[in-house]
Amino acid sequence: MRRHRNDSCPLPSEITPPDRYFNRREVMAALAAAGTVGVGLSGTAAAAPLQASKNPRFSLKESPNSFEDITTYNNFYEFGTDKADPARRSSRFKPQPWSVKVSGEAAKTGTFTLEDILKPHALEERIYRLRCVEAWSMVIPWVGFPLGDLLRRFEPTSKAKYVTFKTVLRPKEMPGQAFPVLDWPYAEGLRIDEAMHPLAILAVGLYGRTLPNQNGAPLRLVVPWKYGFKSIKSIVEIRFTEKQPSTSWNRSAPHEYGFYANVNPAVDHPRWSQAQERRIGASLFASKQDTLPFNGYAEQVAGLYSGMDLRKYY
Amino acid sequence: MTSSPPTRRFRADKPLVFVLCAVPLAWLVLRAFGVSGLSLGPNPVEALLHGLGLWALRLLLLTLCVRPAAVLLRQPRLMRLRRMVGLWAFTYVLLHFLVWLVLDRGLDWPGIVADIAKRPFVTVGFAALVLLVPLAVTSTDRWMRRLGRHWHALHRLVYVAALLGSLHFLWLVKADWREPALYIAAYIALMAWRWRALRRA
Repeated sequence: MRRHRNDSCPLPSEITPPDRYFNRREVMAALAAAGTVGVGLSGTAAAAPLQASKNPRFSLKESPNSFEDITTYNNFYEFGTDKADPARRSSRFKPQPWSVKVSGEAAKTGTFTLEDILKPHALEERIYRLRCVEAWSMVIPWVGFPLGDLLRRFEPTSKAKYVTFKTVLRPKEMPGQAFPVLDWPYAEGLRIDEAMHPLAILAVGLYGRTLPNQNGAPLRLVVPWKYGFKSIKSIVEIRFTEKQPSTSWNRSAPHEYGFYANVNPAVDHPRWSQAQERRIGASLFASKQDTLPFNGYAEQVAGLYSGMDLRKYY
Repeated sequence: MTSSPPTRRFRADKPLVFVLCAVPLAWLVLRAFGVSGLSLGPNPVEALLHGLGLWALRLLLLTLCVRPAAVLLRQPRLMRLRRMVGLWAFTYVLLHFLVWLVLDRGLDWPGIVADIAKRPFVTVGFAALVLLVPLAVTSTDRWMRRLGRHWHALHRLVYVAALLGSLHFLWLVKADWREPALYIAAYIALMAWRWRALRRA
């Protein structure tokens, strides 16, 4: 399947009137509040409201999963490998204060506070499909902003062919990091054109509130056309590189998890089929649904991979 | 009224073990039917499938524990419980398979056949089920008498089935092999005990 690059996707700034941009001061206040609110039984307790403009151009018509489904069924191995572990075992995690180290092939590098990172960006809500490599899916109303808008602020050089992200390493707050299930800290990466694509966002919230710890507070990647493991959580490092970075799941099982990890019903995981998926929250008797190429975002992103053998670059 | 011989006084061990083996199933059923606010969670099919599979493996390994326990604790009566535990293990295996066929794969036969043929973890799980069928069928007193000495030889297939069941679990997990490793360690320990017992005999 070859398609030409589709540039019909407008930038969010082109379609969202400035008066609907969300009040930045309130975001800071909300994020700060999320960090200072006492530690509850679970990370969910700390969620503070956010304001974001809805972005229908980038949103699905499907109705989102419940907040409960989204926040109690998680793969976030830093808190444990059971789906219920992240909600149960993330209450000690402190997403505030937070800073992100930016390095590599860019003009403006250094360490930036979360407030620095967020300041110029208007938050928007985007309802995206999330397809896990384990053949289940959800629909999630994220609150965030385009990754590319942030990356351009660091002025990546012509050598910046890839972007690497790292998750925070805090074994005292993240009980799953006590055992090397994966090679901590978790690392993920994108090709620069993937990272600059308007569909790729950094999320700071969901359902209009700051991200619960189990969903990757305070800052996570969301790349809706790739399997969920690419959407790295609790990011503390962004690095621009010339060479393709080594990523966690790819290191763990290279023949099972590729660097690209685009959702592709035609290329099976060696141990299970990717042709169908189970929608979380459906009844016991609901049937699976067909998985769509690029998770339904083929029209927007297939052009990024024209000419590539997607069986080889899985 | 028949008068029971003095040795056949009522013992609670069998009903107790029966009920204990039924508890995980009852718990899954209560959750599946949403009794008093219980639920199978956001992914009910997975919860049911994995719950049944996990208890199938646990009970299968428990079946293998009965003889070592009877010998080591000098409680030969424990052997009377083995058939029941084994049949419960088979029940969980069968329900696990049926949930997979009907709820997970939606009776998509070409897909089911392809999975069994192509995916090693499904293949070994299915092989374990197939091996257990003749054991369940020949578990009656009548079959024991009919097969005589061959009955023991046939029922050694449970060792293969338990190994395949453990591998089925190990090959399913993505990166965290700790829990399946625990079952494999238990399997190795149980088989090592048998091997030593055999060498001593």
